[in-house]
Amino acid sequence: MTDTNKYRDKFPAKNPDGTNIIDLESHKFVKVWQGPQHPGITGNMALELILQGDEVMSCKTHVGYLHRGFEKLMERRKFIQCFPLVCRIAVPEPDFNEYCFAASVEELAGIEIPETAKWMRTLILEMSRLTSFLMWIGGQSGAFGLGIVGQWSNLIRDYMLDRFEELTGGRIYRMFILPGGVRGLLPDGFEGRMEETLKSVETAMNDIERTMFSNSIFKRRAVGLGVIDPAWVDQYGIVGPNARAAGVPKDVRKDYPYLKYPELDFDVITATESDAYTRTYLRAKEIRLSVDLIRQLLAKMPKDGEFMAKMPNMLHWKIPKGETYVRAECTRGEYGYYTVTDGSGYPRRVNVRGPSYTHAVALMEKLAIDCNIADTAGLMTSLHTYPPEIER
Amino acid sequence: MKELLKDLTKRYGLSALYEQRPDEMFATVKKEDAVALITYLQGQEGFTHLVLLTAVDWIEDGQFQLTYMLNNPSKKVDLGIRVMLDRTDPVMESIHHLWKQAATYQRELKEMFGIDFPNSPRIDEPFILEGWHDIPPYRRDFDTKKYSEETYFPRPGRVTHDPAEYMKKKLYPEEGND
Amino acid sequence: MSLKDLDKRMVTGPDGEQFEVDPMQDYFCGEVPKVHKASSIKIWENFLNWARSESLWILGYGTGCGAIEMRPLMTPRFDAYRFGVQWRPTPRQSNVFVIGGYMSVKTLKRVIRSYEQMQGPKFVLGLGSCTINGGMYWDSYNTINRLDHYLPVDVYITGCMPRPEAILAGVEELKKLIKAGKGEGQNKYAENFEWYKANQKKIIKNWDMPDYNW
Repeated sequence: MTDTNKYRDKFPAKNPDGTNIIDLESHKFVKVWQGPQHPGITGNMALELILQGDEVMSCKTHVGYLHRGFEKLMERRKFIQCFPLVCRIAVPEPDFNEYCFAASVEELAGIEIPETAKWMRTLILEMSRLTSFLMWIGGQSGAFGLGIVGQWSNLIRDYMLDRFEELTGGRIYRMFILPGGVRGLLPDGFEGRMEETLKSVETAMNDIERTMFSNSIFKRRAVGLGVIDPAWVDQYGIVGPNARAAGVPKDVRKDYPYLKYPELDFDVITATESDAYTRTYLRAKEIRLSVDLIRQLLAKMPKDGEFMAKMPNMLHWKIPKGETYVRAECTRGEYGYYTVTDGSGYPRRVNVRGPSYTHAVALMEKLAIDCNIADTAGLMTSLHTYPPEIER
Repeated sequence: MKELLKDLTKRYGLSALYEQRPDEMFATVKKEDAVALITYLQGQEGFTHLVLLTAVDWIEDGQFQLTYMLNNPSKKVDLGIRVMLDRTDPVMESIHHLWKQAATYQRELKEMFGIDFPNSPRIDEPFILEGWHDIPPYRRDFDTKKYSEETYFPRPGRVTHDPAEYMKKKLYPEEGND
Repeated sequence: MSLKDLDKRMVTGPDGEQFEVDPMQDYFCGEVPKVHKASSIKIWENFLNWARSESLWILGYGTGCGAIEMRPLMTPRFDAYRFGVQWRPTPRQSNVFVIGGYMSVKTLKRVIRSYEQMQGPKFVLGLGSCTINGGMYWDSYNTINRLDHYLPVDVYITGCMPRPEAILAGVEELKKLIKAGKGEGQNKYAENFEWYKANQKKIIKNWDMPDYNW
């Protein structure tokens, strides 16, 4: 974004430590709430902004509109009863919750899952990443005024949800990954239909890239917006595409390989500077990568075999005392479950670490300063935050 | 990592070392030495990524267990530091000067468990709940079902079965009540 | 915001003039909602009901999980626009409120405020099983169990999540209801206003809304 303000060195007035001087009584500052009911907020969160003219002087985020007390509810349910509950924590990509919880429970109980189940789990996780990215790109372009991209990408996402429905029986909440393996195998003819869907994803992505990345309005608004310094990555716990765009190659699939990712052939995508434009560009490349990974998986995976290990009676299952942390790479970064068991049939404590916890609260408050109010929506979507996983 | 932990045990008095996976270990440290240990790990040993900060309520021992999960991005290992706090007076030193994101975790712990971190930024502002006047909800002595039945109007007609008893009656109806 | 901001005080305006500000009076509306009777001319009332049912504009507020199945409705595959259904960003321009799933106490306060700002005749659709009996979160300390004790609901759509086709069927049901003259949610709210407010005040203790300083 080119800065044409010639009073920039005097305005806004700054304190010695770099923060802006705010005086609400002087009537030059206006406090507004970009509240929970707003088309420019991803999900249900509120931003309390103090503006001077058009520019944001300070920003505070307010969360808690979607708090259901998951971690408390899980303490009252047996392990198998937690699974329908757990997928509703991060609504657009529920499979990562199921995978992380199942993996941590299996690790504490000492259960090995069969090979076919590992391939099926990897396939489900990659399909889930693809649908989540497609929904996100519609939101990102809509925040800058390009509404047509949302129509295309949500339509293609619907075809992917059809594939999910064929495989698991559910469009949104699939509950396919259970402790011990998965619930079933691929139906007949699945590969052919999946290939058709992937081709239509690629055609739509060609159109989307041509519309978005050559658009001069998108470029002028998004370039230079919300720049993340690589030195902040550890201070703020930035993970996922936000960190990779700044040049820090953090990818859980390569750093802590899990399931069948070591047998797939891919590189970690990084870029040089993390502003809204580059993050969008990087995520568009990740969509292509997901399509490629799904093709590799369908070519390499065994089509039959055991998909569920021999499990004890789920209603009387007790897991020995222990604690562990399991992570996975979701679209936004590192998603982790910290599970503590105490030898009874109920989990003692489950803590969900969502990547938006740090992105949407501490990082957003830092990045929104000196930003135009019309661009805060675009900034929020470019950080790819989902409020349900902040307050669970 | 085992050599590192042996070295740290001598200097900081770690106890209850436990290896969960080859790249994940847990250790308990006393409350007074915890922040010094974490500062050393962040500064000198390369554990620069704070994964999470959470608490577990061991009500039968009268303790809160705080877990600091640290991660070394270059060596790719995890270390979980456990700190035991007294349940009747849970106060712990804040680490917001080490990581800016720690302030958010500490706000949530204050609201949900009642563990105080003095001088953490915005620690007293309500984070998730609004207008909450009961005990901190994640403690084990808070009964969420009872609270929900009293405050929100449950629709009558709900019947709850214990899943094990229900399945037994369904599969073996002729064996009677055993 | 501090509580002393709610006191009556004298404020100097930008032009230097002094005027008195009473936030409690200015923020909160003192009037109760009124009951609006149907017109006595039957043909006119039928025409109005037909017009209301064919142009249902939904407020774009995704209160819970259910919001994720509203996005496919805007795409060409399910296409709610051919039914006259549009999504509007502000409550002043909409007349259907779709409550998508569970509601926490914090959201309930904002939803009531948005509902009261909508212009009549207005209708409420409850999506999912969480609005009927609390659903999956029935024992949670932060979600409400029965929506119709806080807001008047016209049509419930079951499911977890309801498919987009189910939501369209629910909209169709609402249209039939309106054309038969039974879309009386707003009047029910006005007639039983004390009862609804007592239920709301039981769980929402603090009615301060986020402030603005102008």
